[in-house]
Amino acid sequence: MASNQLVMYEEELQQINKVCDVLHRDANCKAVLVIDKNGQAIASAGEVDQLDVTSLSSLTAGNVAATGGIASLLKEKEFAGQFHEGEKVHVHISLVAQRVILLVLFDERSSLGLVRLRVRKAANELTQVLEALIKKMESGSQPSVFAEITDADIDNLFND
Amino acid sequence: MSFINYSSREINCKIVYYGPGLCGKTTNLQYIYNKTNPEAKGKMISLATETERTLFFDFLPLSLGEIRGFRTRFHLYTVPGQVFYDASRKLILKGVDGVVFCGDSQMERMEANIESLDNLRTNLAEQGYDLDKLPYVVQYNKRDLPNASPLVELEEMLNPTKVQSFEAVATKGVGVFDTLKSVAKLVLTELKKGG
Repeated sequence: MASNQLVMYEEELQQINKVCDVLHRDANCKAVLVIDKNGQAIASAGEVDQLDVTSLSSLTAGNVAATGGIASLLKEKEFAGQFHEGEKVHVHISLVAQRVILLVLFDERSSLGLVRLRVRKAANELTQVLEALIKKMESGSQPSVFAEITDADIDNLFND
Repeated sequence: MSFINYSSREINCKIVYYGPGLCGKTTNLQYIYNKTNPEAKGKMISLATETERTLFFDFLPLSLGEIRGFRTRFHLYTVPGQVFYDASRKLILKGVDGVVFCGDSQMERMEANIESLDNLRTNLAEQGYDLDKLPYVVQYNKRDLPNASPLVELEEMLNPTKVQSFEAVATKGVGVFDTLKSVAKLVLTELKKGG
C-alpha cells in the first residue's frame, strides 16, 4: 500500500504551482486545478476562492475514474481528455502521466483550442515534475513524518 | 492511497464504507455530517437516484485534528450497494486506505451481506489489495430492529477473521463514531508502519 502513496514536498509543489500559474495566464482561463487521481486537490491557480475545491476534486476524480471504466469496456487504453460545455463556464479535464488530473475552468475570454494547446505544454512540464517526485519518493531520501509519530500521538487524536 | 503533503502539512486518507443495498452506509455518513463541527467538515456530496438510492458514491471530507503539526483529513466514501452497480463499486475502491463493511443485521439480509462481503474481497483483489492486510472494521447496523440476527451469528458469518466490530443503529448514531474512529486509527497506524 505504501508504494501507492503520493507524497508532496515543498520544492515539487512550488514547481507544480508555477506550471498552474503559467497555464492560468497563457490559457486566459478562470482557474486551474491539479488533482490526484483519487480525488485529493494538489495545487491550484486563478479564481479558486469561490470554488469548493475539495468537492470539485472528488467529483472530477470520480468522473475520470468512470470515464476510464468506459474506456476499458470499449477496449480503449484511456480517454485522455474530456470537455464539458456550460452556458458560462466550460471545463477541460485531462489525465497527466496516468497519475494526476489537470482541470481547467474557462469562459468566453478563452477558447477550447487555446486551452487544449496550453494544456498540452503544461502536461509535459507536469509529467517531468511528477517523474522527479516519484524518483524522490522511491529513493527514500526524505525523512517521513511517520518516523516521528508515536502510537500515543495516534491514541491522543481519538481521545474525547 | 494516502496523500502526504509536506508543504501544507496534511495527511489525507480515503475510507470506503461497503455493504449491501439499504444497509445504512449513506446514513452513517449523514449522521457523521450532522454531528460534526462545521470547521471540521466539507460539503457532503451524494450522487443518488431520484429515490435517494446511491448511484455512484457519497463523499464526505472530514478533518480529525492534528498529529505533530500535520492535519489529518479523511475522505469518506460509500459505494452503491445494489448488485448491478458493481462497475462503480470497483472504481470507488481505487486508492482505498481503510474499509468499513456495513452489514445489515436483519435475518433476511444475511445472504445479501455475505454476497456483498464476497464482492468486496473480489473487487479489492482486482485492484491488488488483500482485505486481510487492509485497515478494516465491521459494523452491524440496524441492531434495534426486532428481526435482527443474534450478534454471535453475524460474527460467525461476516467476521471470520475477527477484526474489530461494532453494533450500530446508524439512524440514531449508535456505534457510528466508534466505527469511524476505529478504522481511522487503524489507517494511521498502518501508515506509520509503512513510513
